Amino acid sequence: MTDTLVQGTHSASSRPEGSRPGAVLRRAEARPIIEIQDVVKTFGDFVAVDQVSLTIREGELFALLGGSGCGKTTLLRMLAGFERPTAGRILIGGQDMTQVPPYDRPVNMMFQSYALFPHMSVEANVAFGLRQDSLPKAEIRDRVRQMLDLVQLGPFAKRKPHHLSGGQRQRVALARSLAKHPKVLLLDEPLAALDKKLREQTQLELVGIQERVGTTFVVVTHDQEEAMTMADRVAIMDSGRIIQVDTPHALYEYPNTRYVAEFFGTVNMFQGQLIEDEPDHILIRSDALANPVYVGHGISARGGATVWVALRPEKLAISRVQPDSPHNWDQGIVEDIVYLGGISTYHIRLDSGALARVTTQNLERMAEPDITWDDRVFVSWRHDNTVVVTG
Amino acid sequence: MKRSPVFLYAMLAFGFAFLYVPILLLILYSFNESRLVTVWGGFSLKWYAELFRNEQMLNAALVSLRVAVTSATIATVLGTLSALMMGRFGRFRGRLLFTGMITAPLVMPEVITGLSLLLLFVSLETVIGWPAGRGIDTITIAHTTFCMAYVNVVVQSRLVGLDRSVEEAAMDLGARPLKAFLVITLPMLAPALVSGWLLSFTLSLDDLVIASFVAGPASTTLPMVVFSSVRLGVTPEINALATLLVLLATATILIAAGFMWRQERERERVATKALKTERGGSHTSSSRP
Amino acid sequence: MSGAGEGPGHGLGGRPTTGARTRSIAEAAWAAAGRDGERNGHGRTRLQWLMARFGRGTVIGIPYIWLLLFFLLPFLIVLKISFAEFRIGLPPYTPLLEWIEGGYLQIKLAFGNFLFLLDDPLYVVAYLNSLKVALVSTLIALLIGYPMAYAIARASPTWRAVYLLLVILPFWTSFLIRVYAWIGILKNNGLINNALISLGLIDSPLPLLNTEVSLYIGIVYSYLPFMVLPLYATLEKMDIALIEAAADLGCRPFKAFLTVTLPLSMPGIVAGSMLVFIPAVGEFVIPDLLGGAGTLMIGKVLWSEFFNNRDWPVASAVAIAMLIFLVIPIVVFQYYQHKHAERAEES
Repeated sequence: MTDTLVQGTHSASSRPEGSRPGAVLRRAEARPIIEIQDVVKTFGDFVAVDQVSLTIREGELFALLGGSGCGKTTLLRMLAGFERPTAGRILIGGQDMTQVPPYDRPVNMMFQSYALFPHMSVEANVAFGLRQDSLPKAEIRDRVRQMLDLVQLGPFAKRKPHHLSGGQRQRVALARSLAKHPKVLLLDEPLAALDKKLREQTQLELVGIQERVGTTFVVVTHDQEEAMTMADRVAIMDSGRIIQVDTPHALYEYPNTRYVAEFFGTVNMFQGQLIEDEPDHILIRSDALANPVYVGHGISARGGATVWVALRPEKLAISRVQPDSPHNWDQGIVEDIVYLGGISTYHIRLDSGALARVTTQNLERMAEPDITWDDRVFVSWRHDNTVVVTG
Repeated sequence: MKRSPVFLYAMLAFGFAFLYVPILLLILYSFNESRLVTVWGGFSLKWYAELFRNEQMLNAALVSLRVAVTSATIATVLGTLSALMMGRFGRFRGRLLFTGMITAPLVMPEVITGLSLLLLFVSLETVIGWPAGRGIDTITIAHTTFCMAYVNVVVQSRLVGLDRSVEEAAMDLGARPLKAFLVITLPMLAPALVSGWLLSFTLSLDDLVIASFVAGPASTTLPMVVFSSVRLGVTPEINALATLLVLLATATILIAAGFMWRQERERERVATKALKTERGGSHTSSSRP
Repeated sequence: MSGAGEGPGHGLGGRPTTGARTRSIAEAAWAAAGRDGERNGHGRTRLQWLMARFGRGTVIGIPYIWLLLFFLLPFLIVLKISFAEFRIGLPPYTPLLEWIEGGYLQIKLAFGNFLFLLDDPLYVVAYLNSLKVALVSTLIALLIGYPMAYAIARASPTWRAVYLLLVILPFWTSFLIRVYAWIGILKNNGLINNALISLGLIDSPLPLLNTEVSLYIGIVYSYLPFMVLPLYATLEKMDIALIEAAADLGCRPFKAFLTVTLPLSMPGIVAGSMLVFIPAVGEFVIPDLLGGAGTLMIGKVLWSEFFNNRDWPVASAVAIAMLIFLVIPIVVFQYYQHKHAERAEES
């Protein structure tokens, strides 16, 4: 980093401080950099992207998360300009880019395969984009140097890509795509080709680099842990549609659908009927649970509607003692215990035949587990830890 | 497969013996003093000397070389364009017809290709006056036509193996399609272009049947001369010529193979080294402020 | 953008940020982007516009026109001439279309050539013999080539490269000369006969050259690499674990070969067989040099019809008839090529 790069107090990209919900609130004031408006993309009969509207704000690290074939990569390729939307508009930095070819867009992409030019040195790869803009030679040299320093590849400038390890290639790809200072950097499964350990390390590195350069990042990934680790906000996609857009925290604690609850983390899901719906509470009866479920807030659904109760395993408690509440507990037999070191997961076969998974933390090294196979136990949860979704 | 290795390797040895013994004998007898193939009359280079005194043979070799270089070059250009059409353009009008036309020469009996091209040249001459007579040009056109089919196969298979996103990356970084093709795709296709050219060159140099149909009186190619002298009986000069051709091909192939092998080894070596440094020296974001 | 964290850069999750440094690159990004925006408007030259507009057309056009002119048109002419009649002169055939007096266009189609082919047993026998020779040669090449390909596919990577090189190498040396090499081996005072006589196994030379034996040797010898390479390609891709799984499930090696390996290598067998069979049917050089005067093969008949009898219409009719015979194997070959290409694209 040269001195010229370290002046001013402009805040375009400094990561807002505070907890994540707070960050989102602040972000709402940041101006939108990408506006996707009712975009549809079909390939023959197949609808890859279906009426997607989305706003991504400046300086965000935004993740598109979904299984394979959910349309996330197609959406990213439309942002890059490799696919033209069948309908809808895409605005980048306020300008309509829907029909603009990739080489005229102010965004750059980091490819899943890295797509490094095999016949060019690391240096030449990074300089490629700058050369297309016919920048003066000296400037190109400076910027390449900066970029290689940023990804710590200075000593490798003269190497060819096939003389680099996977992790080094990944960083060359990053440097190359950042060299033109794009308004938005698109990353297509940027870490998929790395092994697990390197991937976890690189996730944080990537976030660090994003913080330093302040560019808006849009990351496509199928790995929910990766999305949670890196992103400020995540859009969950399924069958070409966006199901929910929110912070990782909100997606986990306030999923809006069964799909999101099940996709984003592990969950115990019980189907039930709404039997009482007041402004300050609701009551749900489920065939899977012996006692009714009580939640301390109202939901907007008709009485008798089918709803689903979603309970995260770590929010359930197990005990040999029967809770003295009329709601929010059940009993069953311990069928399996999965010991994972830091936590253990208990599989409890409820009397209804349904299965409940409960995780507990193993806080004491010497502690003897007091609950074991075939024990009869009670499972309970707090009403404010209960998520109710209607679809 | 427990007991088969013996059988398999016996078959392999038999196959290679079958392929190579005739060639080796040819080379051996090219140094034979005696005119008789089966009698060893002592070591001599006299057939080589005679070969280089044979005007007709040398002229034919020049014609063949000219045709081979020109047609291999044109075929490489046309075959590469065809491969790009097939591999990159998706659907276009008449794709099916084109696919048929570009693959058919691979399996077309040479006599048919030769006959049909000759009839074409004769008809064209009567209708538009071109080509005036037949000669090097008509042979070149004929060879180009069937060679481009081979180049198409070679380049297309390389094109299929190329990561498409490399071209996309170039465009993403601001290169227009033509520039992305010239700066990125073409260099990556280079090995295929070289082998396509060499293949065309060899095929053209080797062709007897098609050239016999479309050649004119003044343009006799090397295989045509060889063929007519072989028909008259075994001539040791041909052994000498064969030896030279075999050595040339072997040298080319071995150099190419050796080059590729070295590159491969180098790549492996460096890759292992790179991997080791990555595993060993952790590069946890020391860059972070 | 405004209002977002002016404060000191302490980030969430223990990630410190440096607002000042951060901003600068972003700032530069905006500047660069602005420059890009300007370029978009005026950056394109007329040439670039033309390339964009007609580039695709040029790429498609040149090879397309070449093939139409030098591949398709010649066939139409062969077809046309096969319906013409022989005459002495240049060109040595009658025109198909003729303006006769009064301005009528007269079309004369002479099916005589084709009737002649059917009528004269020479042609029918030559066709059938070509098919027989091609079929037998293909089978022999398969029997020799399959174990070779299998052995190569199972060899260690280094040896595999060497073996492959050895298979490919003959292909790069002159075909004509390789056929010629066999003359010296097979003729009456050739190597084999001399060796046998000097060993005392025979008294008079065996007739080897100019027989069916020498013909088959020549064809198998010339086309063996075409059989081995596609076989190797499919066998090499095959997972060895499949055979191990078969063995694990109680299958004896030979049965495992019949029930697992052989069916899975079918694409290679078909491709290799087509690559041998199709050119063998129309082969001219080998029957001419090794098969002797008595060998009737259709390629040779066409050649002599054209060069010796100078009967272009009959030669054309022979060509058309030969193509009709070859359509089925060619279509099979194309189908497999196509499937192969598709599979390659998928992976």
